[in-house]
Amino acid sequence: MSRNFDILIIDDEQVILDSVVKTAKLYGLTCDTTSDVKVALKKLEQNSYRLIISDIMMPVLNGFELLKEIEFRKPDTPVVLTTGYSSVEHAVKSLYSGAIGFIPKPFSIEELSSIIHRGLKYGDITKSMQNALDQSVFYVPCPAKYYRLGYSCWLNIDSDEYVTIGATDFYLKTIGNFNKIEMQEVNESISQGSICTRFISEDEEFYHHLLSSISGRIIERNDQLLTNMSLIEKDPYFNGWLYKIIPDELDQEIEYLIPCSSDRI
Amino acid sequence: MKLISKIGLKLIIAVSLTTVLILSIYAYLNIAAQEDVLIEEVERHANQLSETIKKSTRFDMLANRREHIYNIINTIGEEPNIRSVRVLNKLGEVIYSADSLEIGTMLDKNAEACYVCHAENQPLEKLSIGDRTRIYKPDIASSRQLGIINPIYNEPSCWEAECHAHSSQQSVLGVLDITVGLQPVEKQIASSQIRVLIFAVVSIVLISFIILMIIRRIVDKPVKELVKATNTIAVGNLNYRIEYKSSDELGKLGESFNNMTKKLSDMRQQLLQSEKMASLGQLAAGVAHEINNPLTGVLTYSSFLLKRTKDNPELQEDLNVIVRETKRSREIVKGLLDFARQSTPKRNRVNINEVIERSVTVINNQLKLNRVELKTEFADLPETTADYNQLQQVFINLLVNGVDAIGSGGGTINIKTYVISLSPYGIKQIKQASCPNGHSLIDNDYRIEGMPSLKVKVKSANVEGIINLDPVYGKFRHYYGVSIKDDSDSYFHCPECDVLLIDKNMRCPECDSPVYSINIPNQGEVRGCMKQGCKWQKWESIDQRGKQSYIEVKVIDNGSGIPKDKLYKIFDPFFTTKGQKGTGLGLSVIWGIIDNHNGRIFVESQVNKGTTFTIRLPVI
Repeated sequence: MSRNFDILIIDDEQVILDSVVKTAKLYGLTCDTTSDVKVALKKLEQNSYRLIISDIMMPVLNGFELLKEIEFRKPDTPVVLTTGYSSVEHAVKSLYSGAIGFIPKPFSIEELSSIIHRGLKYGDITKSMQNALDQSVFYVPCPAKYYRLGYSCWLNIDSDEYVTIGATDFYLKTIGNFNKIEMQEVNESISQGSICTRFISEDEEFYHHLLSSISGRIIERNDQLLTNMSLIEKDPYFNGWLYKIIPDELDQEIEYLIPCSSDRI
Repeated sequence: MKLISKIGLKLIIAVSLTTVLILSIYAYLNIAAQEDVLIEEVERHANQLSETIKKSTRFDMLANRREHIYNIINTIGEEPNIRSVRVLNKLGEVIYSADSLEIGTMLDKNAEACYVCHAENQPLEKLSIGDRTRIYKPDIASSRQLGIINPIYNEPSCWEAECHAHSSQQSVLGVLDITVGLQPVEKQIASSQIRVLIFAVVSIVLISFIILMIIRRIVDKPVKELVKATNTIAVGNLNYRIEYKSSDELGKLGESFNNMTKKLSDMRQQLLQSEKMASLGQLAAGVAHEINNPLTGVLTYSSFLLKRTKDNPELQEDLNVIVRETKRSREIVKGLLDFARQSTPKRNRVNINEVIERSVTVINNQLKLNRVELKTEFADLPETTADYNQLQQVFINLLVNGVDAIGSGGGTINIKTYVISLSPYGIKQIKQASCPNGHSLIDNDYRIEGMPSLKVKVKSANVEGIINLDPVYGKFRHYYGVSIKDDSDSYFHCPECDVLLIDKNMRCPECDSPVYSINIPNQGEVRGCMKQGCKWQKWESIDQRGKQSYIEVKVIDNGSGIPKDKLYKIFDPFFTTKGQKGTGLGLSVIWGIIDNHNGRIFVESQVNKGTTFTIRLPVI
C-alpha cells in the first residue's frame, strides 16, 4: 500500500534517525526511517517522499550510489547527504552528484531544520515547474557562461586573475526570507565546499549555509549586501554578487562545477 | 669453521706453486753450476794426472823401456776411480793400457776418444783442454765417465832416440787417454738435490703456516664478525655494530657496513614514524566518524530540550552548557580531522599576543604539573593576517617542547613579543625568480639555511658550471659549483635555456664588474655583482618600500638545550630528540607554517642552559 511521507531518513545509526524525526516533528512533518539501504530502495518504489536525508557511509550502497538509484527511480525527489566524516571533498562531491544539500554531522536542530525546509521548498518549486509552461516564473536561471556548484553557488570567470561567486536565484528562492547575511572577511582563504555565506532568518530559526563554488583568497566582497539585502534577490547574478576570489586551483575545481549552459536545452 | 678457510687454501696453493717453481729454477741453476764446477775439478785433476803420466813415462819412452811404461800405467790404472789409462798411436792402435786385453786392439776413429780430433777429415793437432775432454756413458746402467786425451807431440829427442821409432815428420806421435768415473760427482749432485727438495718442502710448510696465521688474523676474524653481523641484522637487530677496526679494506667494509645498518635503522625508524602518522590519520578519521554520530544525538536532543524548556531559565542555563560543550567537542573532532587531512589555511586579522594567550591556556595544566613558571612580556602588537589555528599550533608545540626540555625538575619559560623594523636587505627571501624566458631559477634541491636557492649557470671561455645563489636579499652565502677566476668574461645564464642574465647597461658601482639581473615575478628584478666576493646587490622595488615591520616572538626555556651537532637538524621531518616519545614532526610542521606565513624561525641553544626559538612574522 502506498503511503505519503514528508521525509525518508536513511542512516545506520538509530540516534540519527531519532534526532531527525524529533526535529521534523517540531514542524509537523511526517517521517519514515530505515537503517538498511535495500529497504530504503523498496520503500522508494512503494511510497512517495518529499525529501530524502541519507548518510554517505553505509554498507552495501554508499550515499553517492544511492543518489544514482534515486535519480533512476524518483528523479524529482530532493536528497540531502550527511556524514560523520565531514570534509569539503564530500560536500563538493555530494552537490556535484545531484544532492541539493550536504550537512556534516554533528548538526544542531537549527542546521537540520534549515536544510529540511530548503529541501522541501526545492521539491515544491520543481513540482510546480513541471505543471507550468515557463520556468522563469519560478526563478531566473543563471547566465549561460556561468558555472554552478549544485544548484546553489554560481561562479563566473571574470578574468585570468579572479572569479566572482554568488548565490543562484533558485537557491535564494528555496531559503525563503532572511534578514541577516554573514560573510567572510576580505583576505580570508576559503575552500570549495566550505561555508562562504550564512543567510539567517528573522528569529534566528534558520541558518542557511551557502557552500563556496571555488577555493581561493577573497580579494573583494560585496559589502552593499550587508546593508541592502534585497539587492541579492533583485539581481543575484550581477549586482548581487558575493565575493571576488583569486582561485587556487581553478582548472581542477571547475571539474566539479556544472556549466549553466546545460540548463537551457 | 674449517681449519683452513677457503681463501687460505687457495692462497697456500698459489704460494706453494710459486715457491716450488722458484725453488726448481733456483735448484736447477745452482746444481748445474755446482756440477760444472765439480766436473771441471775432475777434468783438471784428470788432466794433471795425464800430464803426470806423460811426464813420468817420458824418460822410459825415450829409452824405449816398454816394460817400465806398462808397469807405470798398470799401477796408475789400479786406482779405484780410474777406469782406464791407455796410450794410442796415431793409427788408433792401443799400445799401452792398464787393461792388458786391450793392448794391440785398434780403435775406430769414431770412438769416443778419437772423435774429437777426427771429426774433420784432417785431424786436429792442437786442442784446448775442454775439447780434449769428453763425458759419456759407456752403457745405460753405469754411471758417467770423463775421458781426457793428452796428445803426445813429436820432439827432437824422439826421433833422435836410439830406437828410431818415430820419424821427424810426424807432429803427433799418439795420445794418452785417461778415463775417470764421475760417480762421486753424481753422488754429490744427488745429495744436493735432496737438500734442495727438503728445503723446498720445509719452506712450503713454513710459508703455508705463516699464511694461515695471517689469514686467520686479517681475514678470518673480520669475515667471521661480518657474517655474524649480517645474520644478526637479518634477524632484525638493526642496532648491531661491528667492533672490528682496521684501516685495511675489510676494516673499511666493516665501517661502511656499520654505516649501512645505521642508515637502515634510521630509515626503518622514519618508516615507522610515517606509518604511525598514517595510521594516526586513519584512526582520527575513524574516531571522528564514530564520535560524530553520538555527538549528533547529544546536540539535537539538547537543543530540542532547550526549545521545550523555554519557561525554565534554570534548566535552560544547564542545557546551554551541554549545547555549548557539544559544539566544542564538534570543533575538537573537526580539528582531529583537519590534522589528519592537513586542512587549508584560513587567514584572518589576528593579534599574536591573543594567539599566545590562548595557546597558554590550552597547556596551562601541563605547565603547572611540570612546575614550569611562565613569564610573558607582551608589547603592543599590530594585527596581522595569519591563520589563527595554525599559529596556535605553533605556540602550543613550542611550549610543549619547552616543557619537555625542562623535564621534571621545573623551570621557567619566557615569552616575549615585540615589533621590529627591518630593512629588507639581509632579510627578505627571494621566493620566486625567473629568467627572461620565464624559466624558474628556484632550486629546491639545494637549500641555503633551509631555503631554496637560486640556480644559475656560469659560463666563460674555459669554464662552465652551476652557482647556487643565496636566496636572502643582501646575504652572500653562495655556493660556487665552479670557481670564477677571471670575472671579466664569465657571465650568468639560465640553466634551462641559456639566456644571458646580465644587465648590459650597468657595471657594479663598487668594482666595475658586470652585473647580473634576475627577474622576480611581480617584484621587479634583483641585480648583483658578478665578481666572486663583491658584496653588491640591489632589489629596487623592495628597497623602495623601505623598512618593514615584523612581529618577533621569543620563546625561551631554561631546559636541557640541544647539542650543536643536532641543532641544524631539528627542523627536519622525523628528527626527534625525544626518542619514542616524539613523532619528529612538530618542528617541521612549525617551520612549514611559519614559512607559509612568509616568516622565519630561528633557534639558539646551549646544552644545560636552554633553548630560544625566535619567530619573525611580517606585519601585513
